[in-house]
Amino acid sequence: MVQNQKLEFLPRSELADLQAERLRTTLRHVESSVPFYRQKFREAGLKPDDIKSVEDISKIPFTNKQDLRDHYPFGLFAVPMDKVARIHASSGTTGKMTVVGYTLRDIDTWAELMARTLACAGAGKGDIVHNAYGYGLFTGGLGVHYGAEKLGATVIPISGGLTKRQIMILQDFGGTVLTCTPSYALNLAEVMEEMKVDPSSLKLKVGIFGAEPWSEKMREEIERKLDIDAVDIYGLSEVMGPGVAQECVEGKRGSHIFEDHFIAEIIDPETGEQLPYGERGELVFTTITKEAFPVIRYRTRDITSLDAETCVCGRTMVRMQRVTGRSDDMLIIRGVNVFPSQVESVLMGIEGLEPHYQLVLDRLGQLDTLEVQVEVTEKVFSDEVKNLEHLGKRIETDIKEYCAVTCKVKLVEPKGIQRSEGKAKRVVDNRPRQ
Amino acid sequence: MKVEQISIFLENKSGRLAEVTRLLGDGGVNIRALTLADTTDFGILRLIVSDKARALEVLKKAGFTVGTTEVVAVEVPDRPGGLSGILDSLGEEGINVEYMYAFVEKSGDDAVVIFRFDEPDKAIAILRRSGVAIMAAEKVYAL
Ligand SMILES: [Zn+2]
Repeated sequence: MVQNQKLEFLPRSELADLQAERLRTTLRHVESSVPFYRQKFREAGLKPDDIKSVEDISKIPFTNKQDLRDHYPFGLFAVPMDKVARIHASSGTTGKMTVVGYTLRDIDTWAELMARTLACAGAGKGDIVHNAYGYGLFTGGLGVHYGAEKLGATVIPISGGLTKRQIMILQDFGGTVLTCTPSYALNLAEVMEEMKVDPSSLKLKVGIFGAEPWSEKMREEIERKLDIDAVDIYGLSEVMGPGVAQECVEGKRGSHIFEDHFIAEIIDPETGEQLPYGERGELVFTTITKEAFPVIRYRTRDITSLDAETCVCGRTMVRMQRVTGRSDDMLIIRGVNVFPSQVESVLMGIEGLEPHYQLVLDRLGQLDTLEVQVEVTEKVFSDEVKNLEHLGKRIETDIKEYCAVTCKVKLVEPKGIQRSEGKAKRVVDNRPRQ
Repeated sequence: MKVEQISIFLENKSGRLAEVTRLLGDGGVNIRALTLADTTDFGILRLIVSDKARALEVLKKAGFTVGTTEVVAVEVPDRPGGLSGILDSLGEEGINVEYMYAFVEKSGDDAVVIFRFDEPDKAIAILRRSGVAIMAAEKVYAL
């Protein structure tokens, strides 16, 4: 199903013109109303009218999370407070909350985007959305709620928790669309099993899962256990909330970014340079229709890549792949950007290995060295030395191929890798600080 | 005819071998034969013990990665050329010896050697034909 037949299928050349026009308007808006941006543009010698095309966006300075924190709570709002209809906030794991605001028009835009999102997942008028995202300062609950109403669906604002009651309501009210985090979906499946509720007896047909990273493996598990289609949703409150990007149920191969409202870029997190489609790097967003809280080249710190090929569903909007890491985790080894999550994918690709590993970085003379410690499980263990040596070489080759970095694999005993507070310490960097 | 051998993955750091022997000793398991194959990074300890099930239980509980393999215990005449005769007859038939090690205890006048073959069943048949004595598993565990 499609919410906006025209815009979601716009030829990319027309889309670029629309983006350039909206970008200039947004730049003029923030320049005149937000001192932070005005000063930044002045320092960079940049005028909104210098931006002739979308490509010119690379001339604009970045905004990062710290800038948002520095202007806590309302310092980056671009409208007077009497125009702000709603406030949301996300609590960071460290430091202050990030506070965002919406005008009535912003809320309407967001509802439109969430309606697109639900339609993209296969929902429409007549569907019953069982919305188990939390309601409150967090954008999840209310974001989905307004979108479902806009779509013409029925919404059940169940919010999170009280799992047994949720299952009873799923049975009695007949929810057809489930919205929650992927881990909560698995939790629901587990409790259903305990309660001897057969998921196929429910009316659920699709689940829209986000707000935390998940994997293809989890998708298979959720689809199998709940007997539904499971699709990914992406969003962040700094940019809008849920509904920035949504995976279509036809393709299930990355989430379409609604580019008539957001310009997405992938940059090298180290140099800040823009990277072409297909390359992995940090995702950067510029909002081009927001009034109360526009963000300009906001660095999400999420690592992904973009695919601009037209999708099987026909949408022309780029698809972002699953977020595979945070730019904060990035290591630079002999000039190569390496993410621990890449090493993890390599290990998961080898039958019998567990994702228990540690990366040890050191410096030998002028050269960085990378040692990958991998725990030997019973499945890969052998009484013959050559078999284990072969395993080590195979991991080294795969990492070289996938991460473009040479490493030495060291096989270690299970639990040989330090775990702190239940979580494994993935990286030990012994290189001297410059 | 085949004997079950336990193998244990060890990191090359001091005290790991001692830890294994201590655990087995405390568990009431006797070690009949032992060999350590090591590289610069890791080692594989191979053992023949009096009670395999108990040994596995104790070691797994302590978090070691353990495996079991079928090996063959061969009685080798304790005289010059005793072993080479056996190796020759296997080599002619294309059987590979992955590794081998000797028991400290003898069986009568014969030395007991543990062989890890790539094809144990075929190896046993060949050895039998050549009149080499193969020791029964129960006898090996009790040696
Ligand atoms: Zn699609």
